[in-house]
Amino acid sequence: MKLLSKVAAIGALTLIAACSNNDPSALGGGAGGGGALVPGSPSDPRSPAYFQQTVGDRVLFAVDQSTLSPQAQTILQGQADWLLANPDFVANIEGHADEQGTREYNLALGARRANAAREYLISRGVAGNRLTTVSYGKERPIEICSTEECYSKNRRAVTVLTGSTLG
Amino acid sequence: MMKLLTSLLVGLTILSAPVYAQSGPLRLEIDEGIIEPMPFAVPSFVPDGPSAAQYAQDISRVIVSDLTGTGLFREISSDAFISRVSSFDAPVQFADWKAINAQALVTGAVNVSGKRLTVRFRVWDVFSGQELGNGLQFAGTTDGWRRMAHKVADQVYTRITGEGAYFDSRVAFVSESGPKDQRRKRLAIMDYDGANVQYLTDSAAIVLAPRFSPTGDRLLYTSYETGQPRIYLLDVGRVKRQELPTQEGTMSFSPRFSPDGRSIVYSLTQGGNTDLWKMDLASGQSVRLTNTPAIETAPSYSPDGSRIVFESDRSGTPQLYIMPATGGEATRISFGQGRYGTPVWSPRGDLIAFTKQNKGRFHIGVMRTDGSEERLLTASFLDEGPTWSPNGRVIMFTRETQGASGRSTLYSVDISGRNLRPVRTPDGGSDPSWGPLQN
Repeated sequence: MKLLSKVAAIGALTLIAACSNNDPSALGGGAGGGGALVPGSPSDPRSPAYFQQTVGDRVLFAVDQSTLSPQAQTILQGQADWLLANPDFVANIEGHADEQGTREYNLALGARRANAAREYLISRGVAGNRLTTVSYGKERPIEICSTEECYSKNRRAVTVLTGSTLG
Repeated sequence: MMKLLTSLLVGLTILSAPVYAQSGPLRLEIDEGIIEPMPFAVPSFVPDGPSAAQYAQDISRVIVSDLTGTGLFREISSDAFISRVSSFDAPVQFADWKAINAQALVTGAVNVSGKRLTVRFRVWDVFSGQELGNGLQFAGTTDGWRRMAHKVADQVYTRITGEGAYFDSRVAFVSESGPKDQRRKRLAIMDYDGANVQYLTDSAAIVLAPRFSPTGDRLLYTSYETGQPRIYLLDVGRVKRQELPTQEGTMSFSPRFSPDGRSIVYSLTQGGNTDLWKMDLASGQSVRLTNTPAIETAPSYSPDGSRIVFESDRSGTPQLYIMPATGGEATRISFGQGRYGTPVWSPRGDLIAFTKQNKGRFHIGVMRTDGSEERLLTASFLDEGPTWSPNGRVIMFTRETQGASGRSTLYSVDISGRNLRPVRTPDGGSDPSWGPLQN
């Protein structure tokens, strides 16, 4: 938390995330909202919570695909900008698949997705040594219904800030 | 005596009358049509003292359960019995067993002396009034009473069907509990029928797909305990394990032993691309077997170790391929509609079991090694991950039900497609690996 220096309140108020995705595996979170600038809260543009909720920590994929949609590229561009502005952070990109497909194939497919996101961030200037990847295949769905509505959210690559290069 | 031992004709190739013969020698034939299960009787084995009474009863029940579990035999309830068997050596009253239409009769006796348990048994062809094979006895400790029951049942099964034995075997699997988005997975091992479950890991890290060594002494499995999927080798007897060497920044998974148990073939993912590698277990050295931008995974050796069947999406969708065990050019063998995965070579060498996904359904199927004669044995929302019984007659696999309350269960099915049944485990189960027949 010592890394999360205070930021100007200007702008923060307008950037409060509408999205409230609480991924317990990610850092940050904290007591968001209210509009008061609390370091580490989603209103702090340098906080992991801000990265997760406002920049957007995940991109979604079509069935059995690992190519990045224009929308995914926009989100990743935002991630790259954030990572370049916050050079103390490193990230682990988690690739996931929906439950359609065998366990083994989905592990490999999740790896493709995580790598596609990583390559994009590198192409936008983020140093490769700040970005690791892992695939969970279909082992860690966030939505558990068995329809496309859930599947589409499970086919994802999530950029998880794992801490700081400074420790 | 051998004339009585008609082979259990494997349904794939032999077409014959779908019933056992009413007259003549005891025989059991199977084809792809309806089978009439053979009626048999197992009067409770005779205990030779009070300390053997419970064992005698329990062993008899396990023998019956093994035989009826094949779908090939039908138990005649003891309520129908005319004869009582009160002495193992007394002459069998065949007329009494004929009268209730028992085709086969198994008689036995159990002796307990301290911790030592001895089981004697005989198998009878009721209609010819002859013994099928010779009487045998198995001895062991009282703790191992179930194994002795399985050994007796294996003898009965092989003598009547001519098939190889498989009841005295174990299955490694992943025990699953909790909802889909918080699934807890533990490595476990059990008897083939779901008894004697023993847990080998806790649920702190995701564990996947245990694979038995050819002799059943070791298990390969994949665990996320370092954060990345990596392959571990576990000594089953000592529950001692080691992490296999790997390269930094890679994932390794989907391992399987070579038939000689000295090396493994597995998937290694680098930079998002998954290829097949082979590792010599003694040296820890790995060599690459495939080198394509496609996903290559789920490798399985032929029983002679000369070839590897695997899954690749190099054609655009996952399909099955066979290549030499040293790598090199691969031949595609699956050409049906849909997506194919997790091929496993049968212990007999003639068939490959696989997972197929088509039109939103999953199937377990078998095909010949050239891809011909594909037959789908199951259909459900999600079936995957077949494993062969030691005799190549039965396939166990994972079935997952759909929706928020979806749950994984182990199932088994005969390679004829008959006798689909769940394998009872304390919690959910997935990723079975059927070990060899025990010594």
